[in-house]
Amino acid sequence: MEKTVKVSKPFMDDLKHTVFLWRKSRLTMIGSAIILIFLLMAAFAPLIAPYDPVHQDLQIKLQAPSWQHLFGTDQFGRDIFSRVIIGSRIALWIIFLVSVISGSIGIIVGVTAGYFGGIVDEVLMRITDMFLAFPSLVLAMAFAAMLGPNLTNTIIAISVVTWTTYARLSRAEAIKVKSQPYIEAIRAAGGGNLRIMFLHVLPMCISPVLVQLTLRMGTIILTAASLGFLGLGVQPPTPEWGAMVSDGRNYLIDQWWISTFPGIFIAFVVLGFNLLGDGIRDMLDPRLRR
Amino acid sequence: MVETLIKIRDLKTYFPVKKSIFSKKLFVRAVDNVNMDVPKGSTFAVVGESGSGKTTLARTVLRLIEPTSGEIEFEGKDILGLRGKDLLEVRRNMQIVFQDPYNSLHPRKLIKNIIGEGMKIHFKISEIEIRDRIASVLKEVGLIDDHMYRYAHEFSGGQRQRIAFARAIVLKPKFIVLDEPTSALDVSVQAMVLKMLKEIKVQENLTYMFITHNLSLVDYIADKVAVMYVGEVVEMGDKTTIFKHPSHPYTDLLMASNPIPDPKFVREKRLMKGEIPSSINPPSGCRFHNRCPFADERCAREEPELREIKPGHLVRCHYPL
Amino acid sequence: MELRGKLLDVSNLKVSFYTYRGVVKALNGVELWMDSGERLGVVGETGCGKSVTSLAVMRLIEQPGEIQEGKIIFNGKNLVELSEEKMNNIRGVEMSMIFQEPRSSLNPVMKVGYQIGEAIAKSKKIKIKNTYPEVKDMLRLVGLDPERVINSYPHELSGGMSQRVMIGMGLATHPKLLIADEPTSALDVTIQAQILELLDELARKMGNAVMLITHDMGVVAEFCDKVLVMYAGNSVEYASTARLFEKPLHPYTGGLLQAVPRVGRTDELKAIKGTVPDLVNPPSGCRFHPRCPHAMDICKLERPPFVEIEPDHYVACYLFKGKNEVREDG
Repeated sequence: MEKTVKVSKPFMDDLKHTVFLWRKSRLTMIGSAIILIFLLMAAFAPLIAPYDPVHQDLQIKLQAPSWQHLFGTDQFGRDIFSRVIIGSRIALWIIFLVSVISGSIGIIVGVTAGYFGGIVDEVLMRITDMFLAFPSLVLAMAFAAMLGPNLTNTIIAISVVTWTTYARLSRAEAIKVKSQPYIEAIRAAGGGNLRIMFLHVLPMCISPVLVQLTLRMGTIILTAASLGFLGLGVQPPTPEWGAMVSDGRNYLIDQWWISTFPGIFIAFVVLGFNLLGDGIRDMLDPRLRR
Repeated sequence: MVETLIKIRDLKTYFPVKKSIFSKKLFVRAVDNVNMDVPKGSTFAVVGESGSGKTTLARTVLRLIEPTSGEIEFEGKDILGLRGKDLLEVRRNMQIVFQDPYNSLHPRKLIKNIIGEGMKIHFKISEIEIRDRIASVLKEVGLIDDHMYRYAHEFSGGQRQRIAFARAIVLKPKFIVLDEPTSALDVSVQAMVLKMLKEIKVQENLTYMFITHNLSLVDYIADKVAVMYVGEVVEMGDKTTIFKHPSHPYTDLLMASNPIPDPKFVREKRLMKGEIPSSINPPSGCRFHNRCPFADERCAREEPELREIKPGHLVRCHYPL
Repeated sequence: MELRGKLLDVSNLKVSFYTYRGVVKALNGVELWMDSGERLGVVGETGCGKSVTSLAVMRLIEQPGEIQEGKIIFNGKNLVELSEEKMNNIRGVEMSMIFQEPRSSLNPVMKVGYQIGEAIAKSKKIKIKNTYPEVKDMLRLVGLDPERVINSYPHELSGGMSQRVMIGMGLATHPKLLIADEPTSALDVTIQAQILELLDELARKMGNAVMLITHDMGVVAEFCDKVLVMYAGNSVEYASTARLFEKPLHPYTGGLLQAVPRVGRTDELKAIKGTVPDLVNPPSGCRFHPRCPHAMDICKLERPPFVEIEPDHYVACYLFKGKNEVREDG
């Protein structure tokens, strides 16, 4: 092994350029700020939350926002502020796992289809088309209902409906990359299919998929919240935002705060991810990069 | 008699063209009936315009494209049937440098890994040995060993071609295809790269197949020349013979079209009329007849054979000049 | 100031591009001039600014680029000061431009005849459909079959035919100047010869001047009357073609000519050492000095002026003293 791994200077150059473009777009900065707050919130949730999010106290149920309970309390007397804060961890966990799972499935299916082409491509892509033929929320609901509503199954259900985008994306990238001279050079040197596919073609597909993943993180939260709202997602008393909005449904007229605060948080985080995703896409756009 | 390194017989590489199911199946006849002997230690230039099939020929010889029919022998051994270990050994001996310096190096890998990839496939040697070997090849092609810790985009076009060449020679091959290695480079850089190619050929005892459209380069670098037109070899022989006495009208007009960097050089204007025909549906008879100033009705009817008009000088024409 | 060229006189042209890496000083005081009907070759290697110069003359420099200084006197008007509207009446009418990639310069979804007609309609202020007789004449002039090509889409034409269409489009309005940016670099040699022949023939017939941007010394030698050599955003040498090839003065020109391979030349090619400089941090003084075999102390300090060494032979190099050079320090 080498002892001295040298950090390449132009990598820094590249990074500087990215930062330069990032700073030029105000919306991207706002998006980044929202996401940063979201991440900090999730990281320090137990320190920020003043109460136990699942502790019920019927004596203080349905209280309006006050200094004691910033966002008020729900029908079981649980502190909504604490629930929202702790709920960010659930949301983050879902985003993280769904992205990893659906991203990996998508890349592997897409690269295999794109690299081998022909019959392999036909079969894999028709399977992908089958998944795309249903509205994603309906499909996620079906899976969640089939597997039973809990956190793990929510994650599986969402992953199963989102990998298709990444599969198509990495297939397109693999088709483009496999005919490049640098791949041909490895074949000329005697490299086999698996080697070329995994060591050389696959790494090229990662970055477009990553961009797409950030763009879709908002949608993931939204889908998870929808499942939660419909009772097909994370079950109470776990403070999942969508389920919390659903909890307040019956009290919407008089006790508006039960649904509103988790709803605002969903909206902000989705907005943050969308702004950041758009920004990242623009930053990586080769036309803007030169 | 010089030993033949690569022997090509009746080589055909056709690509199917998708047409509607009802029409007859059509083929692009990219390489059609090519016969060639590349002598060991020579620089064999293959000259042609776009659509002549020169690049397809090179890729077929390296088995990056499978031919439709024909034979390719490397050191007397037929390589078209090879599989597994034997194929791997032939692959090591035949390398390629591509035209486009910007797409021929993996954009996300260190130069060390780009050059080292082939060694990892072929040699069972340690990481340190690989590094030492890379350092020495980089020096050989005129770069420094520190360059192995960089990425391709940090280099200029000329340097990239040097790296691509280092990747080829690191495997100690006997034969290298140079597919227009300098056509994307500026002239002053081209001069340096050509010089390096010439020097290393002698040092490493290599044989080159030099694919190009630029006749000026051929005169500088090659020993033998094959001129291709719409998938066929139309003229082949020693460089000096072909440049002094081009015998196929196509070769002759190709030379007349080549601009000479000397304003004092006045020559009669001879233009080739028309455009290069498609290789899906090449003209009947001699494929050049519709652009040839000397063609008659025999040329449109009867396809000429590639025949030897003088020892070692072959021409595919009924009426060689 | 007396103009050196009656048709076009570019002096002290500076163009910069603002990028994240800093300011790219793409043109650093370019000098260039042309008479009516003349063919000027602008040669140089990648990044020398030859294409930027042609775009600047057409006033087509776009963000993040900017013309910072200098004059472009075309036909008595300083183009740098003209409004975009007035410039629009010159562009495509009094001067037009053809590019390296003819196919990507044509609109793929419009018929060829319509696109040429558009150019004529703009200059004559008539309806496009009334231009068709003229379009046909133009297509015939560039050696194409008008009946067939007028209703073709660009993808139905080969590269050579597309370039003919571009030339027809460029000359349809009888401009005084045609700027051709590497018009034959994407074409095969036999087609290149046809296109150069066509440009030559049409320029004779229509009397337009041609500014030919190229990297190919062979093309220059065959086509141009005058040559301007550029290096790293500067004009370094200007002379008649015959003179430049016979007696190049600037060390860069000399090096360039020695590096060109040609049929009949089997001696060693001589390369210029080093590489083209980075224009964010160009070398001080003469930008060629780090690669120059004759560099002196002054070359590192001051940029050499572009002066007339012999009649109609200009060089920017301290190795040569100009006839009418006025030293600034006395």
